[in-house]
Amino acid sequence: PHPTPPRKGGKRYCFWLVDSRTIYVGHRPCPASEPFIPPKFCDNRIVSSKYTVWNFLPKNLFEQFRRIANFYFLIIFLVQVIVDTPTSPVTSGLPLFFVITVTAIKQGYEDWLRHKADNEVNKYPVTVLEDGRRIRKESEKIKVGDVVQVEEDETFPCDLILLQSSRDDDTCFVTTASLDGESNHKTHYTVPDTEKDLESLNATIECEQPQPDLYKFVGRMHIYKNNQEPAVRSLGPENLLLKGATLKNTQKICGVAVYTGMETKMALNYQGKSQKRSVVEKSINAFLLVYLCILVSKALVCTTLKYVWQSKPGQDEPWYNEKTQREKDTNLYLKMFTDFLSFMVLFNFIIPVSMYVTVEMQKFLGSFFITWDKDFFDPEIKEGALVNTSDLNEELGQVEYVFTDKTGTLTQNNMEFIECCIDGFQYKYRDASSELDGFCVTDGPVSKLQQKAGREKEELFLRALCLCHTVQVKESTEQGQDQVDGLTDQGFIASSPDEIALVKGAMRYGFTFLGLESKTMKILNRNNDVEKYELLHVLNFDPVRRRMSVIVRSTSGDTLLFCKGADSSIFPRVRQEEVERIRMHVERNATEGYRTLCVAYKHLSAVEYAQADAGLREARLALQDREEKLMAVYNQVETGMSLIGATAVEDRLQEEAAETMEALQGAGIKVWVLTGDKMETAKSTCYACRLFQRNTELLELTVRTLEDGGRRREERLHELLLEYHKKAVQDAPPVKAGVTRSWSSANQDYGFIVDGATLSMVLNSSSDSNSSRYKNLFLQICQNCTAVLCCRMAPLQKAQIVKMVKNSKGNPITLSIGDGANDVSMILEAHVGIGIKGKEGRQAVRNSDYAIPKLKHLKKLLLAHGHLYYVRIAHLVQYFFYKVGTTPLYDAAYLTMYNICFTSMPILAYSLLEQHICIEVLLDNATLYREIAKNAMLRWGPFLYWTILGVFHGLLFFFGVRYLFSNPALQDNGQVFQIFNLALDTRHWTWINHFVIWGSLAFYVFFSFFWGGIIWPFLRQQRLYFVFANMLSSVSAWLVIILLILLSLLPEILLVVFRKPRGPHSRQVQLTCTHYSHTVDYGVCSTNIRSQLFL
Amino acid sequence: MMASTYNAKDEDGHITVAGPGGGTLRSRKPENTAFKQQRLPAWQPILTAGTVLPAFFVIGLIFIPIGIGLYVTSNNIKEFEIDYTGVDMSSPCFNCSQNFSWNSTRPCTCSIPFYLDQPYESNVFMYYGLSNFYQNHRRYVKSRDDSQLNGDSEALTKPSKECEPYAFHDNKPIAPCGAIANSMFNDSLELFYNDPNGTKVQIHLMKTGIAWWTDKHVKFRNPGGNNPNLTVAFQGTTKPVNWRKPVYELDSDQENDGFINEDFIVWMRTAALPTFRKLYRIIQKKKDMVLTLPRGNYTLEVVYNYPVRSFEGRKRMILSTISWMGGKNPFLGIAYITVGSVCFFLGVVLLIIHHKYGNRNNSADISN
Repeated sequence: PHPTPPRKGGKRYCFWLVDSRTIYVGHRPCPASEPFIPPKFCDNRIVSSKYTVWNFLPKNLFEQFRRIANFYFLIIFLVQVIVDTPTSPVTSGLPLFFVITVTAIKQGYEDWLRHKADNEVNKYPVTVLEDGRRIRKESEKIKVGDVVQVEEDETFPCDLILLQSSRDDDTCFVTTASLDGESNHKTHYTVPDTEKDLESLNATIECEQPQPDLYKFVGRMHIYKNNQEPAVRSLGPENLLLKGATLKNTQKICGVAVYTGMETKMALNYQGKSQKRSVVEKSINAFLLVYLCILVSKALVCTTLKYVWQSKPGQDEPWYNEKTQREKDTNLYLKMFTDFLSFMVLFNFIIPVSMYVTVEMQKFLGSFFITWDKDFFDPEIKEGALVNTSDLNEELGQVEYVFTDKTGTLTQNNMEFIECCIDGFQYKYRDASSELDGFCVTDGPVSKLQQKAGREKEELFLRALCLCHTVQVKESTEQGQDQVDGLTDQGFIASSPDEIALVKGAMRYGFTFLGLESKTMKILNRNNDVEKYELLHVLNFDPVRRRMSVIVRSTSGDTLLFCKGADSSIFPRVRQEEVERIRMHVERNATEGYRTLCVAYKHLSAVEYAQADAGLREARLALQDREEKLMAVYNQVETGMSLIGATAVEDRLQEEAAETMEALQGAGIKVWVLTGDKMETAKSTCYACRLFQRNTELLELTVRTLEDGGRRREERLHELLLEYHKKAVQDAPPVKAGVTRSWSSANQDYGFIVDGATLSMVLNSSSDSNSSRYKNLFLQICQNCTAVLCCRMAPLQKAQIVKMVKNSKGNPITLSIGDGANDVSMILEAHVGIGIKGKEGRQAVRNSDYAIPKLKHLKKLLLAHGHLYYVRIAHLVQYFFYKVGTTPLYDAAYLTMYNICFTSMPILAYSLLEQHICIEVLLDNATLYREIAKNAMLRWGPFLYWTILGVFHGLLFFFGVRYLFSNPALQDNGQVFQIFNLALDTRHWTWINHFVIWGSLAFYVFFSFFWGGIIWPFLRQQRLYFVFANMLSSVSAWLVIILLILLSLLPEILLVVFRKPRGPHSRQVQLTCTHYSHTVDYGVCSTNIRSQLFL
Repeated sequence: MMASTYNAKDEDGHITVAGPGGGTLRSRKPENTAFKQQRLPAWQPILTAGTVLPAFFVIGLIFIPIGIGLYVTSNNIKEFEIDYTGVDMSSPCFNCSQNFSWNSTRPCTCSIPFYLDQPYESNVFMYYGLSNFYQNHRRYVKSRDDSQLNGDSEALTKPSKECEPYAFHDNKPIAPCGAIANSMFNDSLELFYNDPNGTKVQIHLMKTGIAWWTDKHVKFRNPGGNNPNLTVAFQGTTKPVNWRKPVYELDSDQENDGFINEDFIVWMRTAALPTFRKLYRIIQKKKDMVLTLPRGNYTLEVVYNYPVRSFEGRKRMILSTISWMGGKNPFLGIAYITVGSVCFFLGVVLLIIHHKYGNRNNSADISN
């Protein structure tokens, strides 16, 4: 059922059949003999929502109860409903209901937003050409094969193959800012030779099955003209317009839909984002598990004790307390089981349901402080920080590794042409004053050597700069539209800022690029003459070749190839005798932190050109392995060139980049730079950022060092790894606790440099046994170096590195920061992903957990906000575990209120506002960050401490009240104390804390009076009637309260006081060891009696 | 998820449109308020030697006198306790306790002589105490109906389920229902002073004023509103199984009969511990006499109705005076003295430590 195989590649075609789709343009059957079977593809509906109105309730509930904690509370609730238990089902049902409802509302709202977004996209009106008529349709009704018309500034409703453009040169411009973050205009081309009249176009398109790679597309188009052999045109990514991209600078285009709906590249790309979970949450779960065990064993012990007690004569059923008939009839074992369940329920408050709510609320509300922080506001882009995930606030205080991108993150990505080197002579451009001179008119290029190259060479070099690029000149008609785009600058649009810098550099020296018009590049030369060159081929830049070339034909008929690229990729391809003169300059520039590019050229004879031309055309048409084939041709063409010069472009460092990096290192965070840039440039940036210091010993593991010995690379790699390992790991002084780390930095620092090629050797080593060993060695070296630089990394490799560190021993918390689409993979991979709202678009921001406008904000985000959030959440959690000493009180209402209001509100306010150390101090003393490293406050030690403290307070209050009071009626009011207790240790008193804590106390008093002071008509039992008032009227009650508070606080005060004189860190210990005590409970007293005896 | 990408995209679009127009771009600059910038004025209490040391001394100095005061006060409280359960053969109540039967119509009485070696001034409180009686048992505590006790006519005839198995008897609703009411203490205790001249003087025992005011006037109410005829009000109900008299015959006094009988109210406030005492009577100081109870021989006359031997319980009668701090409680005073001394001692220890290491920390205090 397919058109006859085309001329070549018959064998491959079979394979190609398997996973390709055939699209009939405009649903017109092709005239060939095959019967027309309309293929089935999915419609153009985007569904990102999870629920519909109908399945929301069951599905959402199901999802929520899949969470262990919720399920556990549900079980408890059901037990309470079914079994006769000491506490009313309301006590656990209400909080559970609250949690579930809040979560459901939140998720429902989010889903509603998704529905809205889906609808907006799905119902968007589009124009479809059908049988020569224009029909308005909703976007979701587009079918594969429809010919869709899109107008300027509209987004493409699905993935289209460009058939027709309103522009003369059969191109259209597109921004993919919302797709991959690149805001520059990209040029897309119509399929060559399609007829102007789309109605009569009779063609099929064969293309690969949908796949998520945005930059890959392979397909071909068969065009059938009346009874002729079908013409075949190859289709590549330059013909494909992606859904989500926007048409720019082109009035309208027509294209045929190839992928629709969930099969578009955009939809395929956004499916994989998984939710990140914070480490704190994991430790909470671990602690809860311990409590669950305690709970079960406690219930078991209590059940046993109960039956032991009951077995004594007269205890089980004294005359004053007879059982009902039903109770007597129940089977003994069943009764034991229900007793066990009842005890479970009774002690259930060990596992606080309110903790989850409070933690969630704390996180959610707490994240506002980040968005509110005015220090994060950047006046340039008029935006502050953005929080995409509030779940990870406290992770910011736990970061051990920072992976940063270089371009756009450490550096501004604001390129400036600094100098060039022509034929070995240096031309340094001096400020605006000399601009008028031009450098050649007055013979005045200022060079250190006071020499200059021949005029011919100069001009050749400048022409090369003017021609060898993909810059476009902005047209005047689209004025104003591109002001937003970061890359448009003085009328140039380019995919990379270096190119603009180079073109502008050439302009300063008198050669102005006027633009490209129908394959003709125009240059205004120094003599104000317009030179015209016919653009024959562009050999695109790609990160593997690290160079690009153009082939042009001058008016005189010469065919020239200009090539520019990284020194390492150019030098082997030029005549060696030219290299040395320039290499010196390039290396000097690189150490100064400039980006260097080398420029070479070559004359192509007619024969050579014909050969290259044929090769290129053939490769472009290839369906399989097109890239490889193109690469081969490129490599073949770009040889035997002669080097004409080199350029140096400065990439300015971000504001305060060095200070930020220094602060991070001071905080004990290891900074790794992962960049696609070349080693020398990256190294210089590292020096500039003070990641490498003067005395840092650099350990290099790059292709260069590997090739030194002349032996096999693998052997050499192994040798080097061992050597470095010995140096950095074995000979290094043993690293002790976190505190000593800071002193060890006084010793030898090591910096480690590795490049992408070597890294892939390490990671994908051939034999399995070796690879894991290599990996280990490598990781150990890395972990012992103060800074690690990974250069020439592909985006995927960045993620690999992050993953490797993330899964290494101890599972350190990683943070990735980047600004471009190439950083997305590592941002998603790391525990915390931070996007910088930079020039390279919004892709990184969108996939990040937090977005900040500038790198410098990272310092405050981690050192101040992260630190505070961690301390806050840690205290919050500890507080709840401390509350374990708590158990149910007399009354269901008290119990419910107790969990929600009395104890949660103060701690919530506390956990939002606590600043145990003020922000300025945190920012000034990066070392404070080390104090909380490695989840220091939520390990078993502190957990035990708080539990013991809770038990201590529980026992104290139980026995204290038991013995101090002779009047039993006064036993049940210990709760007042707790709030004083919290008060003692909150370090940071704001009026809100005052309000909430005293308010909570007042509320407690008020509630007690209220609850105990009125006869509630709907209650049958009023055991607490006026108890509270009576109690407070007793002097000894107050005396006992005061005494018990003092006693419960005494150990903590002593601990704080005694800890202080020890060690040199007295100040930090004092500050960080904040021992607030929290809440003491009165429930304890009644509980123990009740639990042991009441049942 | 995808929605967020859409949102962000819309946002982009928004900027693109609004950007060139200028002015329409709303400023997202965060407000510079103290709250949002986390700069609320704050007070940071810091525990340093400088603040903790004086605190310790002050606490010590305050607590020790209070403790001494409490201890002295508690010691001045006179208390007398006598167990009249009748476990021993020698006990006068042994017979009553041995021969107890619920069905006996004739009450068993016994009298216990005792000697007060101290005279009691001011008001004396008379308690009965029970041991090994679990008023705090879960089943027991729940077994009452507060609406019924509040005079609700519907609850009177339809007692709450919680009262089971003491809700109905012979198909009649029990008033007051429940195990608590059913097991109400019903021994009657009378006190006689054996005058040295041979006469036996009965001491007047006040049976009102022993319950909380709120309980008597708000929480407990008789059914039938202000109807003085309680027999009518309680018509259709039956007395609790173990009671000898119906509830409306608890007292001859209208104001102390039915649900608002104070003995009943006191009993209904359950104790938290298995050994407890409840106020039974008050012996008021007479105006003309200096002593409420002079030193001498007394006799306690008991009408023995309440069986405790079956669950190995004990019954006691307690006479006690009270002070401003309540009943006799030496423990509180001792605790205060101990804590005060410990604080003082710690203060001294800390002072020594502080003196030794003192100068190190001087610069360590950070104030906010």
